[in-house]
Amino acid sequence: MDPTASLTQPALWPLTAIVFLPALVAAFLSLPIIPKAREEFIRWTSLLTMAVVFVLSLWMAWPQLFGATGPAQFRLGEPGMQAVVKLPWIDAFGIEYLLGVDGISMPLVVLTTFLSMLAAAASWPITKHVKAYHVLFLLLVTGMLGVFVSLDFFLFYVFWEVMLLPMYFLIGIWGGPRREYAAIKFFLYTLLGSVLMLLAILMLYFTSDLRLLSDDQLIAAHVVSPAVEGAARADALTAVRSAKNPVHTFNLLALAQLGQLPSSPFAAAEVWGMSLEKWAFLLLLIGFVIKVPVVPVHTWLPDAHVEAPTPISMILAGVLLKLGGYGILRICYPICPGAGLAFAWLVCGLGVVSMVYGAFAALAQKDFKRMVAYSSVSHMGYVMLGLGVWSAVAGNEYRWDAWAQGVNGAMFQMLAHGISSAGMFFMVGVLYDRVHHRNLEEFGGIFNRMPVYSGLAVAVFFAGLGLPGLCGFIGEVLVTLSSWNYSRTLAVISAFTVILTAAYILWAIQRVYLGAEYKGPHGDHLTPITARELAIAAPLVFFAILFGVAPQILFNYVTPTVNRQVETLADWTRRVHDAPPVAPAVAQRGADGVGSR
Amino acid sequence: MNFGTLITNLLNDTVAVSLPLFRPELALAATIVLLLLCRILPVLRHLDSALVALGGVGFALWYAWCDLRGLPVGDLAAGRQELFTGLIVFDSLTAYVRLLLMGFLVLYILFTRVSGIPDREDGADFYSLVLGSTLGMCLMASANHLLMLFMAVEMASVPSYALAGLLKGRRASSEAAIKYAVYGAGAAGIMLYGLSLLAGVLGTCHLPSMAVELSKVAGVGAASGTVMVLSLGGLMLAVGLAFKLSAVPFHFWCPDVFEGAAAEVGAFLSVASKAAAVALLLRVAFGLGVDESRQFIVYAIGLMAAVTCTLGNLAAYGQTNMKRLLAYSTIAHAGYLMMGVAAAVAMAGVFPAGSRAAVTAVAFYLGTYVFMNLGAFAIVALLRNTLRSEEISAYAGLVRTSPGIVVATAVVLVSLIGLPPLAGFISKFLIFASLVEAITSGAERPLMLLLLVIGGINTVISLFYYLRVLKVMTFDPPPAERAHEAFPLVSLPGALVTALVVPVVAFGIFWSGLYACAQLAGAFAS
Repeated sequence: MDPTASLTQPALWPLTAIVFLPALVAAFLSLPIIPKAREEFIRWTSLLTMAVVFVLSLWMAWPQLFGATGPAQFRLGEPGMQAVVKLPWIDAFGIEYLLGVDGISMPLVVLTTFLSMLAAAASWPITKHVKAYHVLFLLLVTGMLGVFVSLDFFLFYVFWEVMLLPMYFLIGIWGGPRREYAAIKFFLYTLLGSVLMLLAILMLYFTSDLRLLSDDQLIAAHVVSPAVEGAARADALTAVRSAKNPVHTFNLLALAQLGQLPSSPFAAAEVWGMSLEKWAFLLLLIGFVIKVPVVPVHTWLPDAHVEAPTPISMILAGVLLKLGGYGILRICYPICPGAGLAFAWLVCGLGVVSMVYGAFAALAQKDFKRMVAYSSVSHMGYVMLGLGVWSAVAGNEYRWDAWAQGVNGAMFQMLAHGISSAGMFFMVGVLYDRVHHRNLEEFGGIFNRMPVYSGLAVAVFFAGLGLPGLCGFIGEVLVTLSSWNYSRTLAVISAFTVILTAAYILWAIQRVYLGAEYKGPHGDHLTPITARELAIAAPLVFFAILFGVAPQILFNYVTPTVNRQVETLADWTRRVHDAPPVAPAVAQRGADGVGSR
Repeated sequence: MNFGTLITNLLNDTVAVSLPLFRPELALAATIVLLLLCRILPVLRHLDSALVALGGVGFALWYAWCDLRGLPVGDLAAGRQELFTGLIVFDSLTAYVRLLLMGFLVLYILFTRVSGIPDREDGADFYSLVLGSTLGMCLMASANHLLMLFMAVEMASVPSYALAGLLKGRRASSEAAIKYAVYGAGAAGIMLYGLSLLAGVLGTCHLPSMAVELSKVAGVGAASGTVMVLSLGGLMLAVGLAFKLSAVPFHFWCPDVFEGAAAEVGAFLSVASKAAAVALLLRVAFGLGVDESRQFIVYAIGLMAAVTCTLGNLAAYGQTNMKRLLAYSTIAHAGYLMMGVAAAVAMAGVFPAGSRAAVTAVAFYLGTYVFMNLGAFAIVALLRNTLRSEEISAYAGLVRTSPGIVVATAVVLVSLIGLPPLAGFISKFLIFASLVEAITSGAERPLMLLLLVIGGINTVISLFYYLRVLKVMTFDPPPAERAHEAFPLVSLPGALVTALVVPVVAFGIFWSGLYACAQLAGAFAS
């Protein structure tokens, strides 16, 4: 593609602006010409930037709202990658500036911009080093958005790491009393995960070979841009075909195509007696589950959450945890399907363990915020279970629809948890700003003192509980239902966890909001909710209800892409995994499976 | 051949072939003479020695750049030329490392001019020592003969000993100098002994000829005694190289010298000396790495790399002095570089393209290392001028008064950890990539896997001590007794720091150009 044509790609500027506008404003704010003392200006700039980015992302995701649909905007019902941007970056390694959105990433992008906007608004109580805070905050946003839209593994990794340092400082400078410990713990855990991820990336890169793909696959994976026609396309394809040495790639779509080939190069290579596919899957999985987080690598989360300031907790719970789930869905399964099948028990098991452990731990907490943090561990367990339920292995009967149900449920759970957990952390923050403690034992009677706030808070907590009619319900139900086909034990356990969830949330509501009167410290500071706080809480509650009663709003985005991915992978299982050489063993297992029912 | 033709041939070789490709070194030598004249002649007393040095190095830089540009791109072997009857060799690695050293010198002279050490009085001495040492380093990078190798190492080392003692009034500085000199003399002695063993068995000192002899002598059915002597000679040679690389277990001088000497000297030793030593290691390892000896060399370098990296990172944990911390960081980075060298040598036999990529990775690492480490030492030196201290605890709460310098420090240190989007990440990425490439191509697989795992773990553990510095600068409250001296970024020192830090970011995002240059150096491995 010639350079002028590549700069006129329709999605180039919108997507680039969504990702880099926050960083650009951060650079502007960090200039010495902006005086530190102009705190209001800095806060408004940050909020306005996030509002602009939110509107931009909405413009992409929901074009009908803005009139006619342009080529850079999202078309509902199309499962494939849309609004793809492709520019060369480092030719020596075939690294590209490759961005795009599909039904999985588009809602997450909007969730990120929406929550970041609310978090910027929730940052008014931050009075220490306002300038530095907002610079770091905006950099963090760029990192998060970049991860969701990048389709080049190298670019993905760069964005993934860009988030770490701002987060470290945001927790470490503006956090609570044990902030230094929490910040370094967060950093060390995540860096460990990302180094493992880097090793997996390199392994996959050097094993990949684009020459194995057909012309159609190369075009579908945007290795050769579909926008290129005629002779130029033929040239680009020949360039790949005629290479003497293997053509390595960081293109996530191409890696997925390679991983799903009948003769996948990743499955063929072996390291220390295990296929490279499995190594890569495990290394990537560790990197991602640290972010999710999953028991036993979850211990950074309660510390980070408790110490982080309220807006950062909102971002942490609302967006950062989703990056792990997104990574597993986008990278682990499509690229290493064989390993995904082999380790389905591991992913599901981790999910259920975190679910139960998180719920019990939440029950035991005395600190309000810590309780909410553990509820995140528990809720993200559903996401893991939903992603891992490879129902195709239930007998020889391929129930791809059951797995699709699980993955759709997991995606919905991620989005719903983004709303409800951000809401819960914000509600805790509102109380903490007034009474400066979070001890569950010392609350009570808040309903009488702050009725509007309490009403909203209870709605959000019910959403977290998974009450039917609110957003938390849909995801949990779908995941639990689909896991029935995979393992009845896990399904039963996950269903029973709902009771634990109800227990800790109801108990918390009872201890905090109900009761005769507030007896804790600083009782006189319990002023009614302010307009700014209301402006943050109300949209969260609104969406918690909206997605509970009209989940199809989200499913319209998610389902086409998820279904196609699951269908492809189920088809892969049929074609590759159960190919004739291993047919007898599978038939045997199938017979057993049927017999045991 | 009579004596006359011999002289004619020699003259012809020297004047027509060797000297034109030796211009950077000649420019350095001329500058040294000029600097010494400045010291002696009363007329020239008032010349600013830094400017004289800068002018001379500017010429050298220009010649080095022309030499690199003049390399034939397509035909990789054609650029290689033996100079001075085979004593040194000019090839893409020589050209790249020389350009790197000259570029470093330019930045270094600017930096020392701003930081104020050396003062005007010492300027001529200081710069002639620095330039002399760099001359030795250029020769290290191009050594093709054991004699030249030894002379180059000594030529690079001896001025460094004097530099370490630059702060004349301070005991710590003198102690550093004497420690360095004694240690260096010991290492040199051992290396010389090793060289004589190798030369004795192989009957030649010319590296390419040694390789030919080596495959004859050490081939199938070699007498075990011969192999033993050769291995011993190789290991003794490795001692000398390890000393220059500050590789464990020959690193003991490094923290003491860095702590005792001025930060300016530390910067010189940690960047220039390291680059030259790595180039020499590549030369020796590739020169002597024939099929029979390759595994031995790879294991020696690889295991030393693993230990160096781990020990450097672990020892850095407990440091309270910034220069000492950077010394251990330098040791750890020597480990990463040696991993790349090990991968390059391992793939030399089986997968030349991978070997080239690994040398490219090492060359790229050196290129970014110039900015990262010079930046780190520049910050230490300039903060010393403001705070009168090089202890980490003195930096407490610096972000309150001087946010600019803290951001610069953050960029440099995070780049040393190896996090994107900074240059240090790309370097580490390339080193890890070459290790993985070695694994996939099946070259010394177990060792490369081990190195990959150790490299990964080290990245994580290095996080802690680099971040501790930033933590002190940002989280901790400033000490009560500190005067409110600020370090404004809009000032001459600030501009210098910015000039060093901007490339660290730029090469993390736009690294195609530097990579293309490094690929020229990588062609050496073909």
